Amino acid sequence: MSKIFVDKKAYEVNPKQNLLEACLGHGLDLPYFCWHPAMGSVGACRQCAVKVYRDENDTRGRIVMACMTPITENMLVSIQDPEVKDFRAGIIEGLMMSHPHDCPVCDEGGECHLQDMTVMSGHNYRRYEFRKRTFRNQYLGPLLNHEMNRCIQCYRCTRFYNEYAGGKDFGPQVLRNLVYFGRAEDGVLENEFSGNLVEVCPTGVFTDKTLKQHYTRKWDLQMAPTVCAHCALGCNTTAGERYGTLRRIVNRYNSQVNGYFLCDRGRFGYEHVNSARRIRSARARRDGQLADIPKAEALDRFSSFAAAGKMIGIGSPRSSLEANFALRALVGPENFYAGISDAAHRLLGEMLAILRQGPAPASLLQIEHADAALVLGEDVTNVAPRMALTLRQTVRQVWLDKAEKMRIPRWQDHAVRELAQKDHGPLFVASPYATRLDDVATETHRAAPDDIARLGFAVAHILDSASPEVPGLPEPVRAQAERIAKALQEAARPAVVSGVSTGSVAVVRAAADVARALAKAGKPVAFALAMEEMNSLGLAMMEPKPLGEALEAARRGDAQTVVVLENDLYRRAPAETVDALIGAAAHVVVLDSLEGRTTEKAELLLPSTPFAEADGTVVSSEGRAQRFFRVYPPPGDIQDAWRWLADVLGLLTRPEGLSWKNLDDLVEAVARTFPALERIRDAAPRASFRIAGAKIPRQPHRYSGRTSMLANIAVSEPKPPEDPDSALSFTMEGAPVEPPAALQPFFWTGGWNSIQSVNKFQEEIAGPLRGGDAGVRLIEPAAGSAPGYLNTVPAAFTPRSAEWLVVARHHIFGSEELSANAPAIAELSPKPYVALGAEDAASLGAAEGAAVEVKLEGGSARLPLRIESGLPRGVAALPAGLGPLDGITLPIWGRIELTR
Amino acid sequence: METPLTAKIRPDGEMIDLAAYERAGGYQAARKAMQMAPQEIIEEVKKSNLRGRGGAGFPTGQKWSFVPLGADAPRPKYLVANGDEMEPGTFKDRVLLEGDPHEVIEGMIIAARAIEAERGYIFLRGEYTDAGQRIGRALHEAKEKGYLGKNIFGSGTDFDLRLHMSGGRYMCGEETGLLNALEGKRANPRAKPPFPQVSGLFGKPTIVQNIETLCNVPHIIEKGAEWFQKLSLTGDGGTKLYGASGKVKKPGCWELPMGTPLRELLEKYAGGMQDGVQFRGLLPGGASTDFLTTEHLDVPMDFTSVAKAGSRLGTGTMIILDDKTCPVGMVHNLEHFFAQESCGWCTPCWSGLHWAEEILWAIETGRGTPADLERLEYICKMTAPGNTFCALAPGAAEPLQSALKYFREDFERHIREKRCPWRDGQ
Amino acid sequence: MLTPEEQREIEEETAHFPVRRAACIDALRVVQKHRGWVSDDAVRDIAEFLGTSSDDIDSIATFYNLIFRKPVGRHVIMICDSVSCWVMGYDKMRDHLKARLGVEVGQTTSDGRFTLLPVVCLGACDRAPTMIVDGQLHANLDPQKIDEILERYK
Ligand SMILES: Cc1cc2nc3c(=O)[nH]c(=O)nc-3n(C[C@H](O)[C@H](O)[C@H](O)COP(=O)(O)O)c2cc1C
Ligand code: SF4
Ligand code: FES
Repeated sequence: MSKIFVDKKAYEVNPKQNLLEACLGHGLDLPYFCWHPAMGSVGACRQCAVKVYRDENDTRGRIVMACMTPITENMLVSIQDPEVKDFRAGIIEGLMMSHPHDCPVCDEGGECHLQDMTVMSGHNYRRYEFRKRTFRNQYLGPLLNHEMNRCIQCYRCTRFYNEYAGGKDFGPQVLRNLVYFGRAEDGVLENEFSGNLVEVCPTGVFTDKTLKQHYTRKWDLQMAPTVCAHCALGCNTTAGERYGTLRRIVNRYNSQVNGYFLCDRGRFGYEHVNSARRIRSARARRDGQLADIPKAEALDRFSSFAAAGKMIGIGSPRSSLEANFALRALVGPENFYAGISDAAHRLLGEMLAILRQGPAPASLLQIEHADAALVLGEDVTNVAPRMALTLRQTVRQVWLDKAEKMRIPRWQDHAVRELAQKDHGPLFVASPYATRLDDVATETHRAAPDDIARLGFAVAHILDSASPEVPGLPEPVRAQAERIAKALQEAARPAVVSGVSTGSVAVVRAAADVARALAKAGKPVAFALAMEEMNSLGLAMMEPKPLGEALEAARRGDAQTVVVLENDLYRRAPAETVDALIGAAAHVVVLDSLEGRTTEKAELLLPSTPFAEADGTVVSSEGRAQRFFRVYPPPGDIQDAWRWLADVLGLLTRPEGLSWKNLDDLVEAVARTFPALERIRDAAPRASFRIAGAKIPRQPHRYSGRTSMLANIAVSEPKPPEDPDSALSFTMEGAPVEPPAALQPFFWTGGWNSIQSVNKFQEEIAGPLRGGDAGVRLIEPAAGSAPGYLNTVPAAFTPRSAEWLVVARHHIFGSEELSANAPAIAELSPKPYVALGAEDAASLGAAEGAAVEVKLEGGSARLPLRIESGLPRGVAALPAGLGPLDGITLPIWGRIELTR
Repeated sequence: METPLTAKIRPDGEMIDLAAYERAGGYQAARKAMQMAPQEIIEEVKKSNLRGRGGAGFPTGQKWSFVPLGADAPRPKYLVANGDEMEPGTFKDRVLLEGDPHEVIEGMIIAARAIEAERGYIFLRGEYTDAGQRIGRALHEAKEKGYLGKNIFGSGTDFDLRLHMSGGRYMCGEETGLLNALEGKRANPRAKPPFPQVSGLFGKPTIVQNIETLCNVPHIIEKGAEWFQKLSLTGDGGTKLYGASGKVKKPGCWELPMGTPLRELLEKYAGGMQDGVQFRGLLPGGASTDFLTTEHLDVPMDFTSVAKAGSRLGTGTMIILDDKTCPVGMVHNLEHFFAQESCGWCTPCWSGLHWAEEILWAIETGRGTPADLERLEYICKMTAPGNTFCALAPGAAEPLQSALKYFREDFERHIREKRCPWRDGQ
Repeated sequence: MLTPEEQREIEEETAHFPVRRAACIDALRVVQKHRGWVSDDAVRDIAEFLGTSSDDIDSIATFYNLIFRKPVGRHVIMICDSVSCWVMGYDKMRDHLKARLGVEVGQTTSDGRFTLLPVVCLGACDRAPTMIVDGQLHANLDPQKIDEILERYK
């Protein structure tokens, strides 16, 4: 630590930070625009000016930009000096010269960094009286709105979009006071992280187009801390509601997980909550039709089925631990099945076992710091998108280290980029098809899953000859394995990433062997496995039985009642299999929030809560247990799945049902039952948690109309709903202080109305939130002996004649079930297709777009052909989770024929 | 009087080709330099007290000494000749580029040897088409002879030299903006530190040097630092290409001893003012220098003395303001240029200069107010050195702040009379 | 599509840079040399040829003032509007050109013969006022001389 003096007061600061970070870290108000905690300094806006003094005798001082100034021991700084204050006021006046002052109609109004900084800098009235520059706006797609007149030329958008996220279809044009940030022509922004511009832009140039459909000011949103429901990374988010509609998602900072950024699926996928296809009351089948029934009747029916016995439960990776646990309790552990395909179940089980033996799963922060990375068989951008943004930063680490040695601080963003140029640190991507990380990859490897696994095993063997050898490896592959091994070996902090993309156990094992070989060599390896759903790992940790066995049970007559928890089984197995299962049961009970193919088959349908209306705990692919909280009470009879199940248990007078009063009781039950899940108790404070005797308000202090919201019905002030499940309240009253991170409903402090106020909640800039980031890690490195190698090298892939190995290809927009129901995401989703390599397409005599018949075990369909030059011979790809064959588990061998 | 830089230039305006250049003693210095160690060359240039002729006057030898030398130094290293010459009122490098391109090349060969650079670029203004063709020809000649390319002069070292024609922007002359332009990027400046000598073109050690500066190098090596020192009338070594434009009798460009007094330049070389007009002031070294007036005519034109007088030697090419020309209009013209050329990176520049241009036009067209003068002064303060990212905006403030000082009455008269006294005919 | 000639010339430029994209300003100049200006299609083609995006190339093309992103006439007149020329009567030369050509600065004559553009200091201040036509410098201008010069460009 170093000591500096700001306006004569001493502060202890981290000498690796710049002066702006040091000041902000101590809660000092110093305005800024172009600096961003994750993107560093470029010194463009000149807003963060301070004075520094040579020594005590220097009375005049010198104006410097705090963001571009390194810390020196005992440096003398002034923020309050009149001359520099005047300078900062002049800067904001210049920035605002052409700003339209349209705050009343601007979506950013009330949470605008520009507004905050303007007020902070003391620029109150416009003096510029000449013509303002005006721009034409562009159509940027369904996610973002463009309003260029509000631009203040801070360059943050292009620095994020082009430099940080690797976007190509955007940039600055022209110069002087006329710089335009946009695309060469109108069109959908291609980068999967474009939504971050909403938060990165300090004013209202880029705003959330989905919010616009039902716009609400930040202060009128009821907000709660939640966890993204659209993949297994567990990005922390803040969701906001007004009048019973979910209005938007913004990033909720967690230094270990998502940091400052989300992917577009996570930010814009929320609208499934507002879908017209929501199930709003209990329904039962009458004369073949589902019709609304009262809650009590629904519970009666359900408990009568349960009383009859022979009930099985099918759990879900998109449901909380608590919901899955309640189902498991109702049906008994021996009748609790995983709601995923058997292959996915096996793979997930394998991944859990591997992570438990080690290396333990890495956090995104740890991966970001890796100076070499191998991505084995994973399409990270489309399965665990936020991790792709992280991996993109790894290629810079080598240069950040080198720059530091040349005394260029890491935060000197452009200086480091200019030093590095296009030279990237090592990143290897092996995948059957092109991935969005290929542009920064040192080398890519295109092969069938088994061959990718062989490459991985070969790398492991080179790293440690104790790991199995790969026989018959072609020379170029062996040489590539050598290069990969060398890069990983030379790295100080290597990373290995794999996951579910290829659906191959061998690939995951190979990745594990590489990670283990590196760990054995003493490297602090960052190992991560991408998974698809919010609670994939949590479900696996509850040890459900494979879904295939449920079918057997049904065939035996042991599944008179099938209870399906928040799951569309038609996405998990071929239609005929699901039909057989459902057909063999006398009663089918489905709990879910959205209508779908499985809910249609229910005899009894119970409305459960989507994430925004639910409480629960999920385990991310990092093994991090995180609690999410409802934003608003679910309307009508809708309630959490675990509550429906607890109610039935209660009616059955089962002890659990009688003792489960709130979420904490379930958390406790889960923790007691599964030692591995014991620590989920610490994922967030209990419902009884209070600050100075008060709950934490979900509504900000300026929330308007709370007491008159129902005035059209009754003028008496209604009592706010109670929340028995959390320490958060549905009011604006409560403890106005900083709660523990897991309970932080929004970031907002005096004078800092935008999301950038997160600065005020961190231990140091870009460090953990004060009191520790949200969540607890459940899988930590095992002490003692290093895990052995997995020793299962598959045979080389051999293409077949007239048959193809059909692999899944995930799509960030469209492959995930819930977000696909958000209209903006649906608009970006690809149409169903089947992809073949150019040579294979030629051998079929089929051109791009030709209709081909895809015949798989479990179903066939006619699909348009996509030609993807990179696909290896003998391998075809189908989009995962969308299209007519979405229930068939891939990879699978199948026939593809040209239809005439 | 010795005029080493321009002595070989042909009076007919044609370029001097390689053969003629060598006949006149050309490339002897380069040959000599090949026998010298890099350190020796740097020492000689240091001793000569050669200061950069691009405007800032930084000691050249000292700049070279920051480049890492030896086997461990990053490779390749680059040498860039700054031939952007877009500073309004400046027309000296053009004389050298068109008249004696081999002199630039020879200077670069020696400088490259000094910093062990294996690649060089001549960054030339896009509009300098004639110069471009001539340099192209000279490069070809030098390559044919083995003075450029592999194993130059049989010395065992390589030096590959390329001509790059600019896409056109004043910021391309600023050395780090130039590097970005050469990399095919927007010519925004770069943060310093790190300095280009350490991390420059393509992230490698790089020296950027003005054309005139480079042309001095062969002569220093050939005749020695002491000789070079003696060419000058003052402490800064060598001769200087001075120029004058505006309503003088004989506008032009002359090579004279460093430190030649202003009055001599104006009266003896420029021939005094044209008939019917009187001298009012001048910008001593291009558009981004402070005005000097009659009281400064005895200032010797070197870096130190002009600075003492409150301006900068800059490029040494003076722009003269006469009494029949409106100072407000002239400053408006200058600020229009600077506002237009602002790269748009830092706020005080892109907003302040645009604002200043608007105000000046308002004053010039009779719409000014007294508060406008305060605002102009405020803009000058906002764009002071250190407050902006690069030196463009501080340069822009120089003629403005000095005009407000020396020609305040003219500004006030515009405001008072709500018109331009010059425009509406006197 | 870039012509083979253009491709060859651009390729030649790329050889002198450690990264291909660095030649983008040269590439824009090459295309403009052959076609007079740089169209949206050309931006796209250059981007593809250099392995980058049109947005990237446009960001560059719109920064530099010698790159024309709109069609120009057969001959481009660029008249110096910087300080020395201004002192020496730029206004009169500009007005004369505007009147003679019947266009405003920034426009092209209806017969497509001339485009009139401003340019900053041409580095011939001792011979002000100045202009360049198709890259060729013309100095010490007066209205009569301008008329003579225009006659030379058909
Ligand atoms: C806006 C701006 C424009 C400049 N233009 C030129 C130029 O056209 N030619 C030049 O030699 N130096 C120019 N310079 C100065 C260069 O930044 C740099 O100092 C110079 O090329 C170094 O060479 P020297 O030391 O030989 O003078 C400019 C500086 C600024 C701030
Ligand atoms: S002073 Fe600022 S905006 Fe102006 S040219 Fe320099 S960096 Fe660009
Ligand atoms: S935040 Fe420091 S200059 Fe922009």
